[in-house]
Amino acid sequence: MLLQVREVSKIFPGMKALDRVDFTLRQGEIHTIMGENGAGKSTLIKIITGVYRRDGGQILLEGRPIDPRTPPEAQRLGISAVHQEVNLVPYLSVAENIFLGRQPIRFGRIDWRKICQMATDELGRLDVAIDVTQPLGSYSIAIQQLAAIARALLVRSKVLILDEPTSSLSEQEVEKLFTIMRKLASEGIGIIFITHFLDQAYAVADRFTVLRNGRFVGEYETSSMPRFELVAKMIGKDAAEVAEIDTKRRAKPAQGEQKTILHTSGLARKGLKPLDIEIRTGEVLGFAGLLGSGRSEIARMLFGIDLAEGGVVEIDGKPVRLDSPRKAINNGLGFCPEDRRTSGIIPDLSVRENIVLALQASRGWLRRIPRKKQQDLVEKYIRTMNIATPDAEKRVAVLSGGSQQKVILARWLASAPRLLILDEPTRGVDVGARAEIEKLMASLCAEGMAILFISSELEEVVRDSHRVAVIKDGAKIGELTGAQLELSAIMRMIAARKEDHEGA
Amino acid sequence: MRKTNPHPALVRLIYPIAALVLLLIFNGLMTPGFFHLNVTEGRLYGHLIDIPNQAAPIMLVSIGMTLVIATGGVDLSVGAVIAIAGSVTALLIVNTNSGIFEILFLVLVLCAAAGMWNGMLVAVFNIQPIISTLILMVAGRGIAQLMTRGQIITFHSAAFAFIGNGYFLGLPFTIAIAIAALIVTSSLTRMTAMGLFIESVGNNITASRYAGINVTVIKILVYTISGLWAGMAGVIIATDIMAADANNAGLYYELDAILAVVIGGTALTGGRFSLAGSIVGALIIQTLTTTIRAQNVPVEFALVVKALAALAVFLLQSEEFRKVILRRKM
Repeated sequence: MLLQVREVSKIFPGMKALDRVDFTLRQGEIHTIMGENGAGKSTLIKIITGVYRRDGGQILLEGRPIDPRTPPEAQRLGISAVHQEVNLVPYLSVAENIFLGRQPIRFGRIDWRKICQMATDELGRLDVAIDVTQPLGSYSIAIQQLAAIARALLVRSKVLILDEPTSSLSEQEVEKLFTIMRKLASEGIGIIFITHFLDQAYAVADRFTVLRNGRFVGEYETSSMPRFELVAKMIGKDAAEVAEIDTKRRAKPAQGEQKTILHTSGLARKGLKPLDIEIRTGEVLGFAGLLGSGRSEIARMLFGIDLAEGGVVEIDGKPVRLDSPRKAINNGLGFCPEDRRTSGIIPDLSVRENIVLALQASRGWLRRIPRKKQQDLVEKYIRTMNIATPDAEKRVAVLSGGSQQKVILARWLASAPRLLILDEPTRGVDVGARAEIEKLMASLCAEGMAILFISSELEEVVRDSHRVAVIKDGAKIGELTGAQLELSAIMRMIAARKEDHEGA
Repeated sequence: MRKTNPHPALVRLIYPIAALVLLLIFNGLMTPGFFHLNVTEGRLYGHLIDIPNQAAPIMLVSIGMTLVIATGGVDLSVGAVIAIAGSVTALLIVNTNSGIFEILFLVLVLCAAAGMWNGMLVAVFNIQPIISTLILMVAGRGIAQLMTRGQIITFHSAAFAFIGNGYFLGLPFTIAIAIAALIVTSSLTRMTAMGLFIESVGNNITASRYAGINVTVIKILVYTISGLWAGMAGVIIATDIMAADANNAGLYYELDAILAVVIGGTALTGGRFSLAGSIVGALIIQTLTTTIRAQNVPVEFALVVKALAALAVFLLQSEEFRKVILRRKM
């Protein structure tokens, strides 16, 4: 046993981030920690690397209890981490970055010749041959990632943690990284590999540990764990429960006239495969997929936040170029973003101002909505949507998460879009507000609005959608509707090997 | 049942107004006759008139600066724009036969265009406001000096003399200009949706963009308005002394204006703004200057005293500081 985590807990104000979690890493193995958002993966990593202090439990490294208080202390013990975003200095040379803070010194001066030689050697170990005197920023993300790994290995690590290192790498680059990981593992290093990608986990890991809601679900060997079951573990359902949800579900046909609003063909950008989708009036189209599958990225591209690099979007049959949110709004789209705090609410403005914002923006600054009309509008939404606020002039920042979410929904309803994109509208929202939001979606649809509904809760997607597009690794791998639309069917598609749904 | 809480905008004004009142009371105690007003030939004279009269240029600059700061930006070029406005006014009066309205129109359009240039750099080319406006801060004064060949240009014009020295309804005309600018800008921002958009952009630019606000247009507008009012301030400063001094006119006004805006309760991080607060802030700064002069503080101490007084105002506004003080007393 190289590293043992025993019953470690971590409490943050108001929540238990980790609840007596176990984790075991053996020498020379690649071990993947899997789990949905908020499962506790990054908290566990931060405790192991000394970023957070644990509130209970024990950590053993090679059988001896350790208690790292800071990342450098963890490094001295032999635990190094490489994070998703490269935390290096792009303007410094590759060699400087690798040795930053631990430069070999000769006669009181930094020994540059030695640094460059050692940096070249370290990178050589990872099969990278580059000019280490060039600025790090001049190389690709993949090379920067490898430089970060070289830096981590410099301290003769026993445990190497790779926190989603593949999210911005191409397929060949990922393959190369895997080769390097296997090589390092064969040298006896234990590697903890965090990823959202099932295929990658199956391709490289020896074992999985699954976490869910801060609890340890189980440790499994890759070779003996069916993919479907792993997906079930991650979303916290066992096979029997999935079957039960499937039987309870009533197939829900969309009502009224079905007219295509938005149609894309081959719409693509970096990280996303060419996308063909169709969204119709009076219909909820669900996007189902695990975190990091590209659901939100597709939504951002449709709303003109991230620009498409190829393909066509048609609205009402006419090709349009959605290159800004304003363009998208003018074409009848609305978007409730995933992160309501950073990109949804305007915290210091009042509930009223937050609600009228999109409608006012579409009218332009010169044609102000009269105060009386604003008040009527806002009162109406506070009443019908049950927004918990003492009055319309309260700062929106002081409301609960659920009420803030309803305010943003009201903002879009007031501007009456024809297609509303809801990215995780129920995340961080209490049960009551969640039910109300789900009910609201149904009634909006009945009135003829088209809704694109994104949620990591697959059960919710199944429950609220008329049609579901399954998203995986930046691609739509299939669509389910009518009787086929079952939780187990979605899970089977997500769990399927890449080869099985190529070309779907 | 509706609670009748005072309007939040008024609550925010309380501390700057309290600071101003304290400062005036201090002056009243230290300077005999400070509150005394004379009426001569239907015109009011006295310290209480001099302060807003002298504060008029700062008030004008602060009005524009408020909007810029509310979007999360800053305009360092206002002092240079003042210099340009004065120089161009003087040159046009001396070298052409144009009427006062033609000249005023030209100067103000020019200064608004200078502001628009700042706005383009910030909003279109995404250059940080402090850098964008620093360019015009340096170049603008240089251009003014080139135009006047580094000389102070004096001029004579009864019509222009009225702007800097005339009286209107018994009060200096400059006060009327500042009040008019306040009313025009308040109406422009509050009777349209511009004010809402400015606060929205300053508070959360990403969410504003997603809501469909044309952020580029809003940013260009606020810098344009800032340039316009800085230009008017430049005309007042030049016509007050009937001369354009490209080297010194408007020097350090950007700093006084930023100070006035912050004292007035608009946060440098952007968001909610208060034009009335900035006016009070400008009055506080001018009162301080007057006080320092009236108390015969040696010239070399003047800036330090001003800084200490500004610090006191900020501490008074700081919730944290008030908490610390209250805890002591309990």
